[in-house]
Amino acid sequence: MNLFVDALNWILDPANYTGPGGISVRLVEHLGFTVVALLMASAIAIPCGFVIGHTGRGRGLAVATSGGLRAIPTLGLLTLVALWIGIGLGAPYVALTVLAIPPILAGAYTGFEAIDRAVIDSARSVGMSEAQIVRTVEIPLGLPLLIAGLRSATLQVVATATLAAYVADFGLGRFLFAGLKTRDYGEMLGGSILVILLAFALEGIFTVVQRLVVPRGVASGRLPVDRARSARPSPGMEPAITEGNH
Amino acid sequence: MTWIWSNLDLIWDRTLDHLVLSVPPIVFSFLIALPLGWLANRYRLSRGVILTVSGLLYAIPSLPLFFVLPAIVGTSLRSPLNLVIALTLYGVALMVRVVADGLASVDADVRQSAVALGYSGWSIFWQVELPLSGPVLLAGLRVVAVSTVSLATVGAVIGAQSLGSLFTDGFQRGIEAEIIAGIVATVLVALLLDGALVVLGRVALPWTRPAGSNGAAAREARIVEVTT
Amino acid sequence: MFTVNKGRLAAVAAVAVGAVVALAGCASGDPLDSGSSGSGDSGTLVVGSQDYYSNEIVAEIYAQALEANGVTVDRQFKIGQREVYLPEIKGGAIDVFPEYTGSLLQALDSKAAGGTAAETYAELQDALPKGLSVLDMAAATDQNSWTVTQAFADKYKLTDIASLKNVTEPITVGGNSELETRPYGPTALKEKYGIETAGFKPVEDGGGPLTVKALVDNDIQLANIYTASPNIKSDNLVALQDPDGLFFPDNVVPVVSKKVDDRAAAVLNKVSAALSAEDLVSLNSESVNDQLSAEKIAAAWLKQANLF
Repeated sequence: MNLFVDALNWILDPANYTGPGGISVRLVEHLGFTVVALLMASAIAIPCGFVIGHTGRGRGLAVATSGGLRAIPTLGLLTLVALWIGIGLGAPYVALTVLAIPPILAGAYTGFEAIDRAVIDSARSVGMSEAQIVRTVEIPLGLPLLIAGLRSATLQVVATATLAAYVADFGLGRFLFAGLKTRDYGEMLGGSILVILLAFALEGIFTVVQRLVVPRGVASGRLPVDRARSARPSPGMEPAITEGNH
Repeated sequence: MTWIWSNLDLIWDRTLDHLVLSVPPIVFSFLIALPLGWLANRYRLSRGVILTVSGLLYAIPSLPLFFVLPAIVGTSLRSPLNLVIALTLYGVALMVRVVADGLASVDADVRQSAVALGYSGWSIFWQVELPLSGPVLLAGLRVVAVSTVSLATVGAVIGAQSLGSLFTDGFQRGIEAEIIAGIVATVLVALLLDGALVVLGRVALPWTRPAGSNGAAAREARIVEVTT
Repeated sequence: MFTVNKGRLAAVAAVAVGAVVALAGCASGDPLDSGSSGSGDSGTLVVGSQDYYSNEIVAEIYAQALEANGVTVDRQFKIGQREVYLPEIKGGAIDVFPEYTGSLLQALDSKAAGGTAAETYAELQDALPKGLSVLDMAAATDQNSWTVTQAFADKYKLTDIASLKNVTEPITVGGNSELETRPYGPTALKEKYGIETAGFKPVEDGGGPLTVKALVDNDIQLANIYTASPNIKSDNLVALQDPDGLFFPDNVVPVVSKKVDDRAAAVLNKVSAALSAEDLVSLNSESVNDQLSAEKIAAAWLKQANLF
């Protein structure tokens, strides 16, 4: 177990924190990379998810595409894209965005689908336009599952963002690769522990956000199971939970 | 493309290797997640602990895990067992929450009826809660299957041959057809296992497609169409 | 309300388990067999290789040569990089492994002095752990180098490493992350030759196509690329000469366990005697450019070299 002692010593050594390649800089880089990758994935996945969720169309396609994207090995995609566009952050951004899309997409459309049809019909009957329904009914009510999807995507991206260091001088992954190749396993494990701590911190933030953002009266973070039967019938409740929440 | 035609047997061998590496973790993670998910669902305290820990498991970067595991469990670095354990951990991380949510999705009225009919706690779990949460568990298992197949490719880095070996090798030699063959074959294996689970689900959970109901059955058919 | 028929679930479970077992059976070997459990019956030699196509070709040559001489061979190829397979060799799980003298020496002893090919070879013999030895080394080498593009070399009249001083623009260095701290890395360039570098970009593919692409794209100007890489020729690169021995010579050499007897050793020595530096480059080129399998390349080389 002295591997862990080495790792702890590495993390606690103040000398490792300073300078351009120090832990502080790498942490900020890693966090920034994660946020940008999530924003890019969200920009693609959330509008698509809303459209699918609102219209109920294209769901089969979305499920299949998500499944396919999920199955794409990130390292394989990263190297392939890097062969086309060269080293730097471009290829990692593409690979990590692809990684983050499926859970966010699923979170977005299942959030809409889980809403009781009666609620939406009432909104329509009091004269709301489709845009209004989306904005004032479906988005707020669908938020718990969307955030659950974002949370799951964040966890995956923060862990996998270490691969950015495969082709760029960037992020906590630098410690993993450098430690691995020089067989300084304390550094490698220390770097991994930092990644896990960062994930832990982000989890905490999401827990808080989930409480703050979700409107009162909406069960926080979980599919309102009792109402599942009255939700849109065909999609069923199963993937609603797992794809958004896993 | 010529590379693919002259190396079909290699692709086939790696596909088998890949299945051997990825199927056991899928089965194991289901078996392990079942009691853990039950615990998480049963007690408020254990729920928080189990779900947080399993969530964080998923945040462990895979590459270092492969190197640290042998030090913890005493396997040799190159042993496929390493990879199987690591993939099982990730699978459990995904599956525990699904099991907990699935069990929670069983209607309280149904559970109470079972109690009223004289079912014991044990048989309520096996004969009521587990079958009724079946669709949810199945959906979770499908996600586990797909992501396990995708993750198994990283094993190439520690000498566990898989479809991942095709893209590390193709990458070194600059043979794009080999890289693409590796990626496409990985996706196909994932979809194949996914389809197998759907079929398994139909056999094991026949009540999820009641005759004449266009909803569930139609959707099931749609998924089978795109996954097989 | 449904209660499930237990027999049905059990049947499904049995089918699932059966499928797993059947799958395990049809793949080669026992998937859960621990790698360190050794090499099976005493007549079989385990030949290993790195997860590096060039190394695999050499391993395949060793394997075919041994087989042609009546030795039973168990091929365990593509065992990752040195951090993965070195413990395996030390643990006795592999009997024959193609290695490179200088790189292996540095991995075993980070303070090693290096020197000429013969000196490095002698140091390596001393540095090897008990139970392992190296047979004769080949003339073929695949060593680290500082490599630039032909255009860059022409522009600043670069020939050897020291001439990098002529360069007036910032030089960004690229290579595996360990290069940054290696004894021949950017620090050595500064201390030994007074060459300032402008930064380091990690590319973790061991001087592979990404590194080459970065060099060609001018994302980096100086890269660590193996001298036997066919890319040097095909992408018009120049490996700077190293008259001062900054890099250790990396001759191809088989590392062997005690299970390799005199007869098998003689076979491998014959192979090493025949393997020239040009041979290695052309073997690599057959793999990269002609996309042939290691098996075919090895067989053709043994035939053409008139061995066995």
